[in-house]
Amino acid sequence: MSALLEIREASKAFGGVQAVTRVSLEAQKGEILSVIGPNGAGKTTVLNMISGFYHPDSGRITLEGQDITDLAPSRVAELGIARTFQNIALFRGMTVLDNLMLGRHVHMKTGVLGAFAYWGFAEKEEVQHRRRVEDIIDFLRIQDLRRRPTGSLAYGLQKRVELGRALALDPKILLLDEPMGGCNHEEKEDMARFVLDVNEEWGVTVILIEHDMGVVMDISDRVAVLDMGQKIAEGTPDEVRANPRVIKAYLGDSKNPGAAGSRG
Amino acid sequence: MAETTLARLLQRNARDLRNRPAIREKDRGIWQTWTWGQYHDEVRDFALGLAALGFQRGERLSVIGDNRPRLYWAQVAAQCLGGVPVPVFQDSIAKELAFVWNHAECAVIVAEDQEQVDKVLALRDQLSSLRLVVYDDPRGMLHYKHDWLRSYQSVQELGREFGAKHPGYFDAEVEKGKPEDVAIICYTSGTTGNPKGVMLTHANALALAEAFRKADDVRPEDNALAYLPMAWAGDAAYTLFLSLVVGFCSNCPESPETVQRDLRELGPTTVLAPPRIWENMLTGVQVKAADAPAFKRWIFERFRAVAERAEILRADGKPVPLGLRLACMLGEVLVYTPIRDQLGLRRTKWALTGGAPLGPDTFRFFRSIGVNLKQVYGSTETTGLVSLQPSSEANPTTAGRPCPGIEVKIADRGEVLVRGPVIFKGYLKNEEATREVIDADGWFRTGDAGFVDPRGHLVIIDRAKDVGALRDGTPFAPQFIENKLKFSPFIREAVAFGHERAFVTAMIAIDLNTVGNWAERRGLAYTSYSDLSQKPEVRDLLREEIRKGNETLPEASKIRRFLLLAKDLEADDAEMTRTRKVRRRFVAEKYQPVVDAFYSGGHDVELASAITYEDGRQATLKSRVRVEDVDAPVTARA
Repeated sequence: MSALLEIREASKAFGGVQAVTRVSLEAQKGEILSVIGPNGAGKTTVLNMISGFYHPDSGRITLEGQDITDLAPSRVAELGIARTFQNIALFRGMTVLDNLMLGRHVHMKTGVLGAFAYWGFAEKEEVQHRRRVEDIIDFLRIQDLRRRPTGSLAYGLQKRVELGRALALDPKILLLDEPMGGCNHEEKEDMARFVLDVNEEWGVTVILIEHDMGVVMDISDRVAVLDMGQKIAEGTPDEVRANPRVIKAYLGDSKNPGAAGSRG
Repeated sequence: MAETTLARLLQRNARDLRNRPAIREKDRGIWQTWTWGQYHDEVRDFALGLAALGFQRGERLSVIGDNRPRLYWAQVAAQCLGGVPVPVFQDSIAKELAFVWNHAECAVIVAEDQEQVDKVLALRDQLSSLRLVVYDDPRGMLHYKHDWLRSYQSVQELGREFGAKHPGYFDAEVEKGKPEDVAIICYTSGTTGNPKGVMLTHANALALAEAFRKADDVRPEDNALAYLPMAWAGDAAYTLFLSLVVGFCSNCPESPETVQRDLRELGPTTVLAPPRIWENMLTGVQVKAADAPAFKRWIFERFRAVAERAEILRADGKPVPLGLRLACMLGEVLVYTPIRDQLGLRRTKWALTGGAPLGPDTFRFFRSIGVNLKQVYGSTETTGLVSLQPSSEANPTTAGRPCPGIEVKIADRGEVLVRGPVIFKGYLKNEEATREVIDADGWFRTGDAGFVDPRGHLVIIDRAKDVGALRDGTPFAPQFIENKLKFSPFIREAVAFGHERAFVTAMIAIDLNTVGNWAERRGLAYTSYSDLSQKPEVRDLLREEIRKGNETLPEASKIRRFLLLAKDLEADDAEMTRTRKVRRRFVAEKYQPVVDAFYSGGHDVELASAITYEDGRQATLKSRVRVEDVDAPVTARA
């Protein structure tokens, strides 16, 4: 089976810092792939390369065989890759509903003039997109928040809305950058539930960066481990958990305690 | 009325009110409507599906979840087949659910969604009578593969096939129904021991509707919001019985969190709400008023005072002077109508409060702004209705006049007895308990102590068995005292002690919202409920509130000592019933150290309270709480 998304030997350096070195990853259709690793391992850089925010210095990224390595983020989004951000990127002054409608933007065909006149097609299109957005509102159980400005919501709820904004794109692949970061236990459970449901019911492939190992091991089909910009392990949660290199990257060398902590 | 069962009433509605709205649900942000014709067809298809799956007359079907049309239809479908619906409280812990489902021998459970199905799954091994579980919302159910688990839709599809093969089956089953058949079993949480299954018959349901119709104005054009727990007899009486008999439209909110907004969108013509909802609404208005610009606030306060003065005069039957009447008219335009509109009460003909006493200030506020709020009294065993205040005689203290056809009499020791066609058939599988409460002449002992006032209104004081006496012989009615305390917005729950003691004391659970808000405005930092409750400033605040409550109490019943609990009283910890009534005996035992300290003059109490999480796990919470004197310290003589 050919992979839905394939990263081959991608490298990225920022000045003298080699953030990612020759990392290869494949995401199969319909799976939940988690990318884990200590702070500064290069996880977010990988996500940024997939979504077109960065372009790798070398290596290729393909989506369903099509090369997307050098495409702009907007083009990548149009091809069906949606993402959420570690530090929530929503329009804080706009309502939840408007933020989600905005997520439908790539699917809207009406131009400025047509939308302004709001005749026939524009109206029909709006209703059709609203229906999809209502599905998402129902799915995420945020019916009571439709008209609330996102900036006024609790952090965990903002994370949920951001997931909704990404889902509004009807993505093939969902890139989630620490969707549970800063959430309390209950919010984490809810988010894990949503990620699983998105994956199972809507058939969306998920690439997840997350620090909460309990969640990662529970919901992932496969896990890839990065350390200092390199992939050091990949496999099922059980395999990864038992891998000595992973243990070493997370817990440090038993002969040299403190090494992991000193790296920062 | 020719129709003698709820199932036949459904057929009548489908015929006579075919295109009138029967039930609505807000879904995808839009109110979706089903007419009585559609309601009937949905019920029929589900009933036939149940029949195809072997549902027998007399079998029991439970529903668990929020108020959803499909869960109501499932209940009516069971009734059409001669089965009995058993709605349960969805926030019950596993042990309670298992008890009810086993005790009622439920064969079918209709669950709203995955969350509720999971609860059933966890108990599956203990439920010997369970054959079929049906879920409404398919979300997340993809990987649930059991031959006894089905989607609501698939049951209806089966029903349509079955109906095609067995024409006339449904109507024949409806025809077999008799008025004396049990129509629903509602479990009363009971302040002692296991819950009891109250069997209400079709005759009870129809009698209730008749009595209510004679006492108040209900029509098919009416709209009601169906948002109260389905397991509560009040909701069954209102959304199932009354709606089917009268033919009015019930409306299910989108989610429990959107009730307030849905209420406003809908503007129901009739509203039934427990005191807590009214209190929350008033708090909401007050918070908004406090945040408003000074001028607006001034207008609000002025006209609120005007309305209350007029209302007090009206309630006492005194004439309202012309000036005040003119001011009220101006207030109607500037303040009262907009507030009613904001609350969704603009079209409300009447609104009822029941289940517990409502503070006189709250009661008066709603009446003064033009909401026809009235008190209703009833219990599960009386199909939810005994007495009701006529619109012209509404007041905050009585429970109203007994409804037509319902007799009330006061027995010795002040217990209220009720007789009439609304009295239940009996407790399920508990003859003895039934005999204890219904005597040979058909009088039902409500367990409430009360009296009938000169106007003919019933006044409820307390639970009869809780009424005791202080050591000097003064009657002691704990609930009466607790209610005085609970009228304070800062007090969520109170438990009074005093039976065979020298004086009255009270344990108090603060209201986290209002006290938290109060603390925030004073820049008082706190971390949790238990931290907040033990702040000296909060103790002073509450002492002042208790003094206010004491002013309305006779000298001997005044509260002398109190304590602020470090946690709220919870149904999960068995301290309260699901309908939030204090389980007095249990609490007295659990908080024995507190009671001891109250009467020994001590000040510090070490409390180890077991708390139960929603999933049934238990933990122990250790806390140190302080007993306070309301006035000067009481010397230890108890």
